Amino acid sequence: MTFDKITLAHGAGGSMSHELMDKIIDPVIGNPALEVFHDGARLSPGGDIAFTTDSYVVNPRFFPGGNIGKLSVCGTVNDLAMTGAEPIGLSLALIIEEGFPVAELQEILHTIKNAADEAGVSIVTGDTKVVGNGSADGLFINTAGVGRIIDGTDIAPSNIRPGMDIIISGTIGDHAATVMASRHGIDIPDSLKSDCAPLNGLASKMLKAVPEIACMRDPTRGGVAATLNELAQQSGVGMLLDEESLPVREETRGVSDILGFDVLELANEGKLLAFCPHERTEELLSVMHGHKYGREACVIGKTIDKAAGEVGLRTALGSIRVVGMPMGAIVPRIC
Amino acid sequence: MAADELLDGIRKMAVRPIRLMEVCGTHTVSIFRAGLRQLLPQNVELVSGPGCPVCVTADSFMDDAIEYAHKDDVIVATFGDMLKIPGTKSSLGEAKAEGADVRIVYSSMDCLDIARENPDKKVVFLAVGFETTAPTAAATVLAAKAAGIINLYMLSAHKLVPPVMRALLDGGKARVDGFILPGHVCVVTGTNEYQFLTDEYHIPGVVAGFEPLQLMRAIYRLVRQISLGEARVENEYGDVVEPDGNPRARQILSEVYEPCEAEWRGIGKIPASGLRMREAYKDYDISYVMPVHTSLPPKKTACRCGEVLQGLVKPEECPLFGKACVPEHAVGPCMVSVEGVCAAWYKYGRNRFTFE
Repeated sequence: MTFDKITLAHGAGGSMSHELMDKIIDPVIGNPALEVFHDGARLSPGGDIAFTTDSYVVNPRFFPGGNIGKLSVCGTVNDLAMTGAEPIGLSLALIIEEGFPVAELQEILHTIKNAADEAGVSIVTGDTKVVGNGSADGLFINTAGVGRIIDGTDIAPSNIRPGMDIIISGTIGDHAATVMASRHGIDIPDSLKSDCAPLNGLASKMLKAVPEIACMRDPTRGGVAATLNELAQQSGVGMLLDEESLPVREETRGVSDILGFDVLELANEGKLLAFCPHERTEELLSVMHGHKYGREACVIGKTIDKAAGEVGLRTALGSIRVVGMPMGAIVPRIC
Repeated sequence: MAADELLDGIRKMAVRPIRLMEVCGTHTVSIFRAGLRQLLPQNVELVSGPGCPVCVTADSFMDDAIEYAHKDDVIVATFGDMLKIPGTKSSLGEAKAEGADVRIVYSSMDCLDIARENPDKKVVFLAVGFETTAPTAAATVLAAKAAGIINLYMLSAHKLVPPVMRALLDGGKARVDGFILPGHVCVVTGTNEYQFLTDEYHIPGVVAGFEPLQLMRAIYRLVRQISLGEARVENEYGDVVEPDGNPRARQILSEVYEPCEAEWRGIGKIPASGLRMREAYKDYDISYVMPVHTSLPPKKTACRCGEVLQGLVKPEECPLFGKACVPEHAVGPCMVSVEGVCAAWYKYGRNRFTFE
């Protein structure tokens, strides 16, 4: 390697840009689709396709359990998975701030490669831009993904009906608790880390075993509270959660208590919510428990024929309160 | 005692209407999250007091902060909650969007780095919060002094809890039968500071933690005292709250700050209810080093935040609540802060639907 910082010249499209591609990016994430070196990728999906995109701007870039690169792959793969699709190709666009350390970029690229490998998908096209000092916060990543819809699945909020079980694939809030703790300098035990993971394997196993799953969604920004509120509104169905059934790690509970957060509003990056007809729940849970990202799956509530479009929570004390849509960015309390 | 036993006891003892006030925004939110109100008998009413530090901050303080933010040689550092708080004419968030250098910090200590990295700028921290947050601000000043940092300043609007409780009681309108005392604040101040409730007002107070059961036990103990005609200060958060509080934190606080008259939104000026920097630390006080004079005429609004903060009206009694004033477009500060009374009522308190 002959350079250790990204410069504006690396984004100028000339020989320096090629050097960045040839020496830094391609050695890590190169694959036959990229080797065509064409303006776009040619894919042969067959059947219905799903298409999604997401941009990643996270502070800090590295956190226990992952980094911005892992997020950028898992986030897009998971969006495809929640649409009922198997990913067949991802794009990767990097917006790099001038002066960004090449060593850090390489580490992030390796993480991207590993996450894509785990999800069984390749980066089939990409782009790199370098912006001046101060024009970006280090590194922004955009990924888009194309996926093939799994035969026989029909995932849509409008399929949600009263009388279904609401299932979560594991513990709630670990990602946001980890990132917030890193950001606020709270010491956390090694046991608490981001849950960032590709969920396509789990989701496709679930859909193949129980195609009656009405809807799935990954509760990322805004957490379970935001996702369920969206789905309640979109489906016009009421939902009632049971506080005592919510799987929450003690460490996550501790961090959110210190900072004054509601775990239901904390982002997850490796969890999914599924709506399943009650009579198929047992089978679905047994399938989920057999996958490494679904071992702690459980029922956290049900859809009801009251309170259309609203989400409620039966508290540990036995009363019921509204689970509101989170309001704006979550910030720690002041006191 | 388990929750149902506590509730049963509360029901039996509450033979007349009882009004309890929680004086802490975190309690307000915890009470809503636990759904406590729905469980209590009709004649035990919980009202929220002036316990959200952002909410009680006066317009004039925000006007000054905005004025500082617009100065070329100033960086304003603040907790994120303050950005949306309306001043008389605009907000810090609007100033930031217009190009003012406003940085969000998670602790006043973060300002030390900002000051080091920007030696040619004056870094002004908006020092708000009660006895809980003020020691950290004081420690930041001491750390700046020790490190020889000369471009870090405080714009202080710290508030003290006991004086505002006195003002509410003296005002005679709040009709409070007992106080749920603020757990975090008492960690610093201790319970002794609340002895005046017993001695001067014959009103009970119980320090509570933030778990649903801790709050329930505090309510139980208050109702029991009231039903027996007693008025003691009790501690239901004994694991972390001592009678003397945290002497080290109090010492740091009083090294840097001294009590002063302070303005509370909607309530007005209350003697010795705020903190100002002592003479020895004037060089860290931006209002001394670089005074601004923003005396804008008070704005006219139907917002009833001031009365809400004193427990005189419920948020729903404000004509703006849930209509012109919602979290996304807040008119009053009580709707802005995550711990604001109106925001909590709006988010958790709307009993528009039955789930059973």
